[in-house]
Amino acid sequence: MFAFFKRKRSKELAKNRLKLILSYDRAGISPGMMENLKNDLLEVMRKYFPAGKNDFEVSLEQQGSQVVFVANLPDLDSPKTS
Amino acid sequence: MKSKAIVVTSGKGGVGKTTTSANISAALAKTGEKIAVVDTDIGLRNLDVVMGLESRVVFDLIDVFEGRCKLNQALIRDKRVDSLFLLPASQTKDKTALSKRHMKAAVNALIEGGFDRVIIDSPAGIEDGFKTASAAADGAIVVVNPEISSVRDADRIIGLLEAQNIKEIKLIVNRIRPDMVQRGDMLGISDILDILGIKLIGIVPEDENVLISTNTGKLISLNDNSKLGAGIAFNNIAKRIHGEEVSYLELEAPQGFFSGIRKFFGGN
Ligand SMILES: Nc1ncnc2c1ncn2[C@@H]1O[C@H](COP(=O)(O)OP(=O)(O)OP(=O)(O)O)[C@@H](O)[C@H]1O
Ligand SMILES: [Mg+2]
Repeated sequence: MFAFFKRKRSKELAKNRLKLILSYDRAGISPGMMENLKNDLLEVMRKYFPAGKNDFEVSLEQQGSQVVFVANLPDLDSPKTS
Repeated sequence: MKSKAIVVTSGKGGVGKTTTSANISAALAKTGEKIAVVDTDIGLRNLDVVMGLESRVVFDLIDVFEGRCKLNQALIRDKRVDSLFLLPASQTKDKTALSKRHMKAAVNALIEGGFDRVIIDSPAGIEDGFKTASAAADGAIVVVNPEISSVRDADRIIGLLEAQNIKEIKLIVNRIRPDMVQRGDMLGISDILDILGIKLIGIVPEDENVLISTNTGKLISLNDNSKLGAGIAFNNIAKRIHGEEVSYLELEAPQGFFSGIRKFFGGN
């Protein structure tokens, strides 16, 4: 049963990978650069929100014909006050 | 399609540009249009072989450009369809011999000389060869295989075609295997259309008769008496280019192979 479900998914996997690849291609950004950007952002966030959980996400999203950069920053309610 | 000069392109190599160019040209010619099909894959000439016309090649595209012959001396009339002509690529020159200016001049001369349409078989890649091939086109057919790298390259090509102001861009999904789509192991038509965002003009199944027809040099789209999957598909594409509404439900695959086009589309 499990193997059956797993097999079913290769097309879904292909589609999802393709969408991700194309969002980078269309924005002219390399996935590695996104990773670096994310790490840098993380560092800055840590500086201002030391108590934050740092569980934020950075991604590219296709919105109509535009590719937009989306940063999801939850739990920002305890900024460092110094 | 309104376009008179249609480039057949893909980005990725080996997805079926030459097969498609030859077969839709023959099928269009059969509907009564006067068609010139131009091989722009300089140094890697193949369209002549696929069409079974290799023994008749005397002059080529570069000879025309460099003034060694007249345009109509380089045109080769098909053996079976009177209104179908091939303009072969040069096998010996290199790609730099072909300029955009030359390409535009040749295509214009063909149209002014009475051809209803010019089909341009582009080389693979996104570099000069592709750019020259598409320079004279007012429409494009992008050929894609249901596979990640091919779709990715098609997306690049579509961007470049749009940047060149080519307005009419249509998609052919080639080498689809309905059985694999059905069991969820191949991108379906709707998946690919979603991602690429251009209009479909044909679905061509994987069909071993394509190879057989290349072996014999007899185009599958001219095989009237056979109910071959890819042959029917190419004829339907020609009808759609010609402006007819041909339903995909009429099926572009051998009967009994699978039961309906829905499975082709493979959405879930
Ligand atoms: N629908 C199909 N079913 C089976 N085989 C196919 C189909 N379409 C193309 N092929 C095969 O795929 C191979 C590549 O086709 P073709 O030469 O038309 O591709 P191409 O895009 O022109 O390649 P290139 O980029 O090298 O110019 C050939 O061997 C051809 O017979
Ligand atoms: Mg080719």
